[in-house]
Amino acid sequence: MNILIFLVPAALLLGLLGLVAFLWSLKTGQYDDLEGAAERILFDDDEPEKDEPKKD
Amino acid sequence: MNDAAVIAEDGPGADPEFFVRETEDGQARLDLVVAGMHCAGCLRKVEGALKNLDGVEYARANLSTKRVAVRWNPSRLKARAIIHALAETGFTAVPFDPKLLGTLDEQESRSLLKALGVSGFAAANVMLVSVSVWSGLVTDMDATTRSFFHWVSALIALPAIAYAGQPFFRSALKALRAKTMNMDVPIALAVILATTMSLVQTMVNARHVYFDASVTLLFFLLIGRYLDVQARAKACSAAENLLGLRATAATLIAPDGTHRSIAIENLEPGMKVLVVAGGRIPADGEILTGMSEVDTSLVTGESLPEQVKPGTPVFAGTLNLGAPLIIRVTKRDDDSLLAEIVRLMETAEQGRARYVRIADRAARIYSPAVHIMAAATLALWFALGAPWETSFTYAISVLIITCPCALGLAVPVVQVVATGRLLRRGVLVKAPDGLERLAQADTIVFDKTGTLTLGRPHLVNGNEVAQTDIALGAAIAASSRHPLAIALAAHGKELLPPLLEDVHEEPGMGLEAQLDGETIRLGNAEYAGGEQRDMHGGSELWLRRGNRAPVCFRFEDTPRPDAKEVINALKARGFAVELLSGDREPAVQRLAETLGITVWRAGARPAAKIARLEELTKEGHKVAMVGDGLNDAPALRAAHVSISPADAADVSQTAADFIFQGARLTPVVEAVDVARKARTLVFENFGLALAYNAIAVPLAVAGYVTPLVAAVAMSSSSITVTLNSLRLNLARRAKSPRES
Repeated sequence: MNILIFLVPAALLLGLLGLVAFLWSLKTGQYDDLEGAAERILFDDDEPEKDEPKKD
Repeated sequence: MNDAAVIAEDGPGADPEFFVRETEDGQARLDLVVAGMHCAGCLRKVEGALKNLDGVEYARANLSTKRVAVRWNPSRLKARAIIHALAETGFTAVPFDPKLLGTLDEQESRSLLKALGVSGFAAANVMLVSVSVWSGLVTDMDATTRSFFHWVSALIALPAIAYAGQPFFRSALKALRAKTMNMDVPIALAVILATTMSLVQTMVNARHVYFDASVTLLFFLLIGRYLDVQARAKACSAAENLLGLRATAATLIAPDGTHRSIAIENLEPGMKVLVVAGGRIPADGEILTGMSEVDTSLVTGESLPEQVKPGTPVFAGTLNLGAPLIIRVTKRDDDSLLAEIVRLMETAEQGRARYVRIADRAARIYSPAVHIMAAATLALWFALGAPWETSFTYAISVLIITCPCALGLAVPVVQVVATGRLLRRGVLVKAPDGLERLAQADTIVFDKTGTLTLGRPHLVNGNEVAQTDIALGAAIAASSRHPLAIALAAHGKELLPPLLEDVHEEPGMGLEAQLDGETIRLGNAEYAGGEQRDMHGGSELWLRRGNRAPVCFRFEDTPRPDAKEVINALKARGFAVELLSGDREPAVQRLAETLGITVWRAGARPAAKIARLEELTKEGHKVAMVGDGLNDAPALRAAHVSISPADAADVSQTAADFIFQGARLTPVVEAVDVARKARTLVFENFGLALAYNAIAVPLAVAGYVTPLVAAVAMSSSSITVTLNSLRLNLARRAKSPRES
């Protein structure tokens, strides 16, 4: 059962990674326009997006 | 071209400069509501048009909220050019202040989403550990490993609960402070007690801990709550967009004679304001120069335009139909109609009975029952001689098993499905408890102008008038903005127009033109030499060609195309239908007869409308009010539940619980049906949740509830309730093809 010493922290770390990724995506406004995001994937031009405005 | 014409072309839109804000790096930023942006194509066109402008640094459209954020270099571009560029692409854009619009909801939904993420993470990981423990209990897990796992669970669960449980703890505390009960009280209590007990159990190295129950409970409930807030925020932002799109600025005439835009709220008594033909009058005032006609239907419900000349007082919100007017803003008079409306609104607000939502009423019965049961369990086991630790464990397990997870989901999930359903049909549900109140209504009161009717006249005697006369009349009428002229022009738009010369309008009288050397006049009876017959209750235009006998065109306000069907459908659903209008009696009577409404009242002022509603309420009826005018606003507030069309006055829209879009009235029936179906589903959900408790509670009292049993009971009851709520969608979808 000693293997648990490594496995449990590993599992928690991966879970935390997911949580941090979620909070980051929320903070950068990726949940602000779900309908728009669904449509934008169909645009064929690949012009890079200009910088995001800072949230004020 | 004179100044008035220039401004008219420019449009009466708000001056965008007011809404421009400066960002930290010196750029200008503007937020716009864009009408008609519905698809990916529109999104590209809007962003493309903006990015092609010289100086624009950033433009991002939001398809969910139909809003656009633009940042640009202020030295190279004016804000007006941005709106102009969008208008050229075919989109009406109106600036707004994001600080004023719906920021509260957005913050709430964001913090709920964060809590949801945290509780989701915790639920998954604690469950992972818990499943290992449950398997270990029946196989070979030793006490040390189990204790280690319990500590791991505690490590994840405690901070997660402290963070994600806050929405419930706060709301429960608020309810307790106000000495009332809501669903969050038993939820918060169960979560806190289960966590505390589990922590104690972990310390004494017992077999069972309930961390998984606490976190999954929070996770499920947060899903329900987030969806609820999200659905309401969507409906509210759509409603705000509707209002924003009509926000206008006033054109101020400065003492030196120059014109500039000014926000309506900055107008002060004594200022001179220009109102273009077709523009809304921005403030109460008195006419200085100009003769015109003013459409007061939004304010008084009167369907005929009122003649105005210098000295006539005019009200904010009315529409100038004829010629440009210059008005002097006057102080809001205390006996003006508007002041009366404002006063009535305030009283109606105070008098509105505080409605208690179904979920809270359920909580008021449920919570004490549950707490008494837990206390009884404790007493029973203690009396039977069990050690106090065991008695406490059993009592707390009663609380955990009865924790209203399914009850907490029973209302929001139905609410979300119903709101979404109605949103797709063009009905915005603004009030969170609107659906519940609408389901209770048994009487429905309609306003006439703009509600049952479209608020637009149309030609009724087209068959009696010669085609050549209609063509002639339509051709002249095309150059006027008077509603009757517009109706006539619309009626004859497919006929070949004769070639007219020298068309000009005499404000308040009519139009004159030349055709083959003859003078043609189109206007009121006096102007065109006709004989006024105001027995129709509608209104008329006369056409005279040279010296021939004048021809009369008669007009009536058109009922909405499906008004009769809707009235019949509402009657079939058991509603008593009434008509309360501010318009004159003949017009109201005829509409009532056409639509088969037996109870009607004409010439009703706002106070009379409220009085009638109070009378109905006293008789024990729950009244739904459907109205659009400013004069309906107090009644909308005073009614049990209220509905407005999307083109209603701002105040009315704000006062209403529901807003429906489009020319048809059917959404009203739709809303009633969905509201009633939603109520049935909510009760079914309560039934399901109680059935689960009926099975689980005896087990808990007897002390047979292990964490595994609790987890299974809670998840399955939550899932059953959610699936049952989704039936609302299925039922409507099966029915929709026949309806449309």
